[in-house]
Amino acid sequence: MNKSELIAALAQNTELPVREAGAVTGTILEAMTAAMARGENIEIRGFGSFVVKDYDSYHGRNPKTGEKISVPPKKMPFFKVGKELREKLNR
Amino acid sequence: MTLTKADLIQEVYKKHDLSKAQATAVVENFLGIAKHSLQEGEDLLLSGFGKFSVKQKNSRRGRNPQTGEELMLAPRRVITFKPSGLLRHRVNGGE
Repeated sequence: MNKSELIAALAQNTELPVREAGAVTGTILEAMTAAMARGENIEIRGFGSFVVKDYDSYHGRNPKTGEKISVPPKKMPFFKVGKELREKLNR
Repeated sequence: MTLTKADLIQEVYKKHDLSKAQATAVVENFLGIAKHSLQEGEDLLLSGFGKFSVKQKNSRRGRNPQTGEELMLAPRRVITFKPSGLLRHRVNGGE
């Protein structure tokens, strides 16, 4: 499923115009993105949680050329599936 | 600070011309549709945010790390999330 299919289903379920369902979808994803950009975690009961992990800089290699490169410190979001969804996936 | 469903509802309520009940319903519905897609084994691609993939794991022999006892782990489905380039950019301080 992609975003426009999700928006279409959301519009149908909530009886909102597609345009409004699209705008609300944008608000939800932006709120989640902004929270992670502030370094906050996200916890949505039944669905899952997002944790932003910090990486120190490290020395890596270009796998193609073998050339040594230094990788700067970075942050990466991680998702952990919630209990309810995990159980439903494996019924 | 942790963002929760209540925060998402509040944000939708603040930014859109919807009642609190409508904002709650639309957020619940959004999550319900996302969950349903994944439960059916279908990937969920939210452009600009990331991609949730459902992956099948085969059964394998594992060990209880506490007791060292060997056991068989059942086949299962797991969800992986790959953040979009935009999300990684924002998390690392980009506009």
